[in-house]
Amino acid sequence: MTQTTPLHTIHRQLGASFTDFGGWDMPLKYGSELAEHRAVREAAGIFDLSHMGEVQVTGPQAGAFLDAAMLATYSTMKVGRAKYGVIVDDDAHIVDDLITYRLDEDDYLVVPNASNAPAVAAVLTERARAFGAGVEVIDKSADIALIAVQGPAAEAILLATQDDGAAGGETAAQQGLRELKYYAWMTLTIAGLDVLVARTGYTGEDGFELYVPAEHAVLLWNALSNEGEALGLQPCGLAARDSLRLEAGMPLYGHELTLETTPYDAGLGRMADAALKNKGDFAARAALEALAGAQPARVLVGLSSDQRRAAREGSTVLAGGQEVGTITSGQPSPTLGRPVALAYVDRAQAEPGTALDVDVRGKGLPFTVVELPFYRRER
Amino acid sequence: MAELPALPQDFSYSAEHEWVSAEAQAVAGATVRVGITAVAADALGEVVYVDAPAVGTHIIAGETCGEVESTKSVSDIYSPVTGEVTAVNELASATPGILNTDPYGDGWLFEVAVSEAGPLMDAAAYAQANHL
Repeated sequence: MTQTTPLHTIHRQLGASFTDFGGWDMPLKYGSELAEHRAVREAAGIFDLSHMGEVQVTGPQAGAFLDAAMLATYSTMKVGRAKYGVIVDDDAHIVDDLITYRLDEDDYLVVPNASNAPAVAAVLTERARAFGAGVEVIDKSADIALIAVQGPAAEAILLATQDDGAAGGETAAQQGLRELKYYAWMTLTIAGLDVLVARTGYTGEDGFELYVPAEHAVLLWNALSNEGEALGLQPCGLAARDSLRLEAGMPLYGHELTLETTPYDAGLGRMADAALKNKGDFAARAALEALAGAQPARVLVGLSSDQRRAAREGSTVLAGGQEVGTITSGQPSPTLGRPVALAYVDRAQAEPGTALDVDVRGKGLPFTVVELPFYRRER
Repeated sequence: MAELPALPQDFSYSAEHEWVSAEAQAVAGATVRVGITAVAADALGEVVYVDAPAVGTHIIAGETCGEVESTKSVSDIYSPVTGEVTAVNELASATPGILNTDPYGDGWLFEVAVSEAGPLMDAAAYAQANHL
């Protein structure tokens, strides 16, 4: 059955075209996906990400449990911070990539991808049972809505929601927001709602992700849209989200990360090495130890072309006519004006500057291995 | 959804969403323009690349004769007529987004001296087939 978010009616009113994404009926675009992409690079975009999951991990042993259940270290993360990480199965294959927020000393919020939320909740629940007392795993995905505001104007838009009308001076909330670090969160009152505001995102721009109870999603969306209108805020769909994250070189589960890939394949080897070095026993330790010495056959790289034709997911990468890899994501980069792609290629062909061909509908077109990300914002 | 540009009533249309700049019975023997409909352009998303057949190419109704690439995907262009290409729209190659903004006007793809028309619909039949 197709699921919808609490903002589905708003998307319809805004004239969105919809697409199925992991069993969710989500806005693909509202008008022009290129205009939406540019809005995020130049002003700001607002995204409904309520299809993402939220799994609460709570209890006196919550931090120790997450250290044991996932790859990164969470027990030493400060309250108010967030961390990117992955959860792997016992064979070290990636179940999902996720952001984890420390809400309180004994309280964490784990945010998996939409289609993986049930799997992540199940793995965490099973591992919590094996872990023992002192931790509880609660899937809150249906109760929490997530709205992202991304782009250079995102901070100004959120600051505007905190304007108390008093002349001069900045409120404590506004100062806190301005000083909020990347991968940190705070609470703000927006339109009378208590909102968890995190400086995180998936676009390569400055921006925020805002969590509220699902029943308040419409109120928050409308408040942000009203404040943002004068600053160029545009509703953005999944088409723009995909092109933005690709330019930023960020992997997407189901494409670059799958149950076939390990952290070492996916460029997350440092995270795995750090876990092996710094942590005691944790899920998949044995499997990761076995992988740690060996180099993976194929690694994730960025490809770019001076031609106009884009390489697409599934296309074959060639060197001297021999297959050396596969494209996992690819499309014309709206910001750079040329095709970019992510691909798994043989390690011998992975050095930046390596010239390769991609089979684009039967024609071998020249691409070059480049450093990631393709696009980096000016700070 | 943003309103699609209106279907020109004096054009004819193929099932593969190409238009021909003449009514079906007037196509054979005429020199016509060919483009993709607003329905196709909207489904593709924003067009970023157009590969049209070169002038002098003999194209055959129902066969692929080029490609249109958008941010999201690539689609074949199926020739709606048989004949010889007499002109190619350089503006569409240089600024492919014109296929989205003016699909029935400046967004034409190529011009053909038609020897034989393929199966074509009138505007009313195409509109009905695509729930317009």
